[in-house]
Amino acid sequence: MTDETQRQAPTRRQMLTRIGVLAGSAGLYQAMTSLGHAMGTDFTGPPNLSGAKKGTRIVVLGAGLAGLLAAYELRKAGYTVQVLEFQNRGGGRNISLRGGDTLTELGGATQKVNFAPGNYINPGPWRIPYHHQGLLHYCQQFGVALEPFLQLNHNAYVHSSNAFDGKPVRYREYASDFFGYTAELIAKSIDQHKLDDAMTPDELAQMASAMRAWGGLNAEGKWAKGASSSLRRGFDKPQGGGMTGAPTYSDVFPRSEILKAHAWNDISFFERLDMQTTMFQPVGGMDNIGKGFMRQVHDIVRLNAKVSAIHQNDQGVQIQWNDMANGGAAQTTEADYCVCTIPLPILSQLDIQVSGPMKAAIAAVPYASSVKLGLEFKRRFWEEDEQIYGGISFTDQQISQISYPSAGTFTKGPAVLLGGYMFGPAAYDFAGMTPQERIENALKQGQKIHAQYRKEFSNGVSLAWSRMPWTLGCCSMWSEQARKAHYKDLVAIDNRIVLAGEHASYIGCWQEGAILSSLDAISRLHKRAMGAA
Amino acid sequence: MRRLFLLPAVMAGFIAAASVTPAHADTATAVVGSLGPLTTGQQVYQHVCQGCHMPDGKGAMGAGAGFPAFAGDQKLLNTGYPIYIVLNGHGDMPWFSGMLSDKQIADVINYIRSSFGNHFPGKVTPEEVAAMKPTITMEDN
Repeated sequence: MTDETQRQAPTRRQMLTRIGVLAGSAGLYQAMTSLGHAMGTDFTGPPNLSGAKKGTRIVVLGAGLAGLLAAYELRKAGYTVQVLEFQNRGGGRNISLRGGDTLTELGGATQKVNFAPGNYINPGPWRIPYHHQGLLHYCQQFGVALEPFLQLNHNAYVHSSNAFDGKPVRYREYASDFFGYTAELIAKSIDQHKLDDAMTPDELAQMASAMRAWGGLNAEGKWAKGASSSLRRGFDKPQGGGMTGAPTYSDVFPRSEILKAHAWNDISFFERLDMQTTMFQPVGGMDNIGKGFMRQVHDIVRLNAKVSAIHQNDQGVQIQWNDMANGGAAQTTEADYCVCTIPLPILSQLDIQVSGPMKAAIAAVPYASSVKLGLEFKRRFWEEDEQIYGGISFTDQQISQISYPSAGTFTKGPAVLLGGYMFGPAAYDFAGMTPQERIENALKQGQKIHAQYRKEFSNGVSLAWSRMPWTLGCCSMWSEQARKAHYKDLVAIDNRIVLAGEHASYIGCWQEGAILSSLDAISRLHKRAMGAA
Repeated sequence: MRRLFLLPAVMAGFIAAASVTPAHADTATAVVGSLGPLTTGQQVYQHVCQGCHMPDGKGAMGAGAGFPAFAGDQKLLNTGYPIYIVLNGHGDMPWFSGMLSDKQIADVINYIRSSFGNHFPGKVTPEEVAAMKPTITMEDN
């Protein structure tokens, strides 16, 4: 992220570098913390709004996390709040599917979920990074129990159709070989004086040591079959006890196969701030967050309310909606202000009375297509046969990944894994299939990684986000051009209406974006309401 | 995200995913999944469009909003309109500039203009698509 102001003033990084040089690393950390950088998102605490003028009414549209949080904080501040929600449930995209649930998508296909009791899939958000402190704060406050989400698993698979004869290899094997060969190459280049122009002699010596240690090279500076490589990638015959305990070393993969597999993104994936450990998930299903939020404000949430028009003038806002629980009866709700969290694909097609620039912004942000599949198997073969406990296997097939449940490890009986999680082209493709075709394709692709797939399969469900009537897509997809041209107009208060949701944040597609957007929107709205005579 | 993008030999004739993949958030960035070669308009429609516009081209209606139908849509008469929409996106619909090739875009527009009961005159060429192509960059943050 760069903008004009940052170009002229020293950038945050330049400033931190200077502080680091002057004050040493302790000073640097202190400076980073006070600049809010080392703490993840810019959440600093709940907004602590108060002193609302008695009787000031705020209508909140949408009962996802952004809407529910707005309702909770605004009511606490003294406002009279009413939430209108299209669905017959709160939580929005914060959702879990369990046995007995029914899922109907656009086009009419209906799926009945047949998971065994206790099993679930999180077809929307499914993990919470440690630095999403806003969401974590409210989970704690609302009594939502969290547990670790197993993100990186060295014993899960990397699968490439173009390498290793199309067979999956373990993440530890691939990653170790990739690092080892890279380290060997750099060490060799230093040895052969090919980097003499790039670094000082001191740096060259340090780099040579670093490569040996980081890459796990042997005494000759090679990545090759032996103790040092097997201690990373695994042994051929593992270490044991007693008479026959001596291990045998594993062969390293040929470098050409490592490159042919093109799987380095599967390694770098876990280095992204968003994807780093520690991750969390709610115990028992992601929707326990939505339920926790709902518990705070359920008495002011009107479900089955289909909004058709959002009008405003200098006196207030007027929401027209249909009561879908009562034959679609036309209703009107009046309020002084409106917090609108309706997903942009819906909002852009509603009759909304806002300025031209906000209208243009609402229409400028497409939503990504995404598909997830939950597959239930009769037993945890990935644990029992392959010692995979949570984490993710990657494949270059359309399903992209298989993720194993973080909870319930070592239990017997049926279990649900994430049988595919797609964005981009594969998501468009899978969204266009029937639910049966999606499952069949997920099984066909998944069995290239797990031969047990067909034998152990019990049932499955897929959710194509573009076919959910209440969002028409997964989440906001900002282009650089749209961000520059429209973001400020999207988040600015338009007379008596303010928008909130992940789409109105720089943490798009994450629940944290909804939380922080909501807090920012209601803080500004509160100020506006307090200032208005 | 760039995984497929880094496979130029394999990607020939495939959809390049890089420019349309959400680069941020809980989006499994490194892994977007590939698509086979889409050499006809019908194939592009089936593998890219029908997830929203439905196999019969009739669109669908959700919570007071939905995806438009193609049958009899007079906006398709002037070819510039569908070319612009497919390249730039429209509201909920993502842009496909940089994801579909010029030929794939021409093919699928020709397919839509001559299917679902439509018989709009004339053909779109890849050159016409190329002439209208914008630069749209997926945000990476």
